Amino acid sequence: MTSSTESNLKNSPFASLHEQYGGQMVDFTGWNLPIRYTSILEEHRQVRTSGGFFDVSHMGRLRFRGPDAARCLDRVCTRQVQGMAEGQCRYSLVCNEQGGCRDDVLVYCMGPSEYLMVCNGANRAKIIAHIEDNRGDLDFKFDDQTEKTAMCAVQGPKVMEFIGSVSKEIPTLKRFRFLIKNLMVLKVIVSRTGYTGEDGVEVILDAKMAAPALKMLLKDLGQQDSIVRPCGLGARDTLRMEAGMPLYGHELTEEIDPLSAGLGFAVKLDKGETVDEGAPPVERFIGQDALQAIAAKGPVRRLVGLHVEGRRSPRQSMPILVGGEPLGEVTSGCVSPTLERPIAMGYLPSEHAVAGTPVQVDLGRSQVDAVVRDLPLYKRP
Amino acid sequence: MATPTDRQYSESHEWFLHQEDTVTIGITKHAADELTDITYVEMLPVGTDIAQGGSIGEVESVKTTADVISMVAGSISEVNDNVTNDPSLVNSDSYGEGWLVKLKVSDVSALGELMDGATYDRLHGDS
Repeated sequence: MTSSTESNLKNSPFASLHEQYGGQMVDFTGWNLPIRYTSILEEHRQVRTSGGFFDVSHMGRLRFRGPDAARCLDRVCTRQVQGMAEGQCRYSLVCNEQGGCRDDVLVYCMGPSEYLMVCNGANRAKIIAHIEDNRGDLDFKFDDQTEKTAMCAVQGPKVMEFIGSVSKEIPTLKRFRFLIKNLMVLKVIVSRTGYTGEDGVEVILDAKMAAPALKMLLKDLGQQDSIVRPCGLGARDTLRMEAGMPLYGHELTEEIDPLSAGLGFAVKLDKGETVDEGAPPVERFIGQDALQAIAAKGPVRRLVGLHVEGRRSPRQSMPILVGGEPLGEVTSGCVSPTLERPIAMGYLPSEHAVAGTPVQVDLGRSQVDAVVRDLPLYKRP
Repeated sequence: MATPTDRQYSESHEWFLHQEDTVTIGITKHAADELTDITYVEMLPVGTDIAQGGSIGEVESVKTTADVISMVAGSISEVNDNVTNDPSLVNSDSYGEGWLVKLKVSDVSALGELMDGATYDRLHGDS
């Protein structure tokens, strides 16, 4: 296999790392990124037992600056942005008028009038257009920082201790908090967030600094006994499935609302309906009316986990049968490397979305038994 | 690793090793790499008649499921149980321990249409 770039795929600022460690490169939403370096299963276990480094530079990084930045974000995000503390991150959905998910994002509060939104790579152009369409006459500057910056995730049970050897401050961060760190000449945003179900950080830095930062911070990366080794996007997918985290295009789409997806914690249904004394009024969000209606009746379907019998992997779109009737659909599935069994996520009518319910998954050539489980299917010990 | 020159290769990345009245079938190292870690192998049972171009079974990886196609007609005479029990053999030793089935054949002329190792290597070998 060659790792050369053909056509017009974008190269990440970490491209030299992928070449050095022999990454198997694929077109990942227009970016040339590694699906794996050694083996997806090995890299998965590396993250569950020690630590992994993931290049996630394809994720969109959008900056909002100005007096109305928070108002715009409150208009497009299901979570409340106004009132966020500097150094805080919030997971949120961006919805359409019907309450379907346009994307799931992380909003970073950089200061009273500056915010960063991290969105899915595949949705970047759509989200930029959505913000431009809905900003009206709000006063703020909006710019796409994605290709000027790099982003990586360092995840695993030994990661914080490892980072403690270069920074005393980073390991004191609480979950969903970040700091802007000056490491020698490098200015980096480090947040205690991730997409693997493990402890760890996500780091955003200037694109030009990506290669030197890696050399400085991760000298031993890739050695057989390294605490942190490079991991591809294949392992990232199986890790997030075990951790019950949704992936846009699978568990979340324009037709699926966040309440059905079990993301009610990230939806402020009464946004703008109560006014804090002295604070400016908060904008209602796009889709709020629709989601209030869904919440009042309760979602008709819900996202569930499945433990599936046998050794075959369930895949997206496979029917889930209840009493022989195809009533649901798998959204993601894999043979879980940690649980050593096939697992899946999928939607079922709410009345059947109850832990312990016996169902079948239609794998195409055969039907296998499965049991509904609460998400996540894996929690770190 | 060089592609073995003792066998024939199909466009769909299977290899065919002809010895007397038997053809052993597997998938190439390139195919195994593309599929990523193979987690499940299910071949049709011994005694199944396979038409030329027919599926002999499926291999599943973390990423996808793929049919394995025989370019020669015959009857399955042996299935590699070691691979069924440890599918990672297909990744680690695609041309040896990772073989999938043996086919009893009477007419192997179809194999003449396939690529030799050097040609396959030129198209899909490691670089």
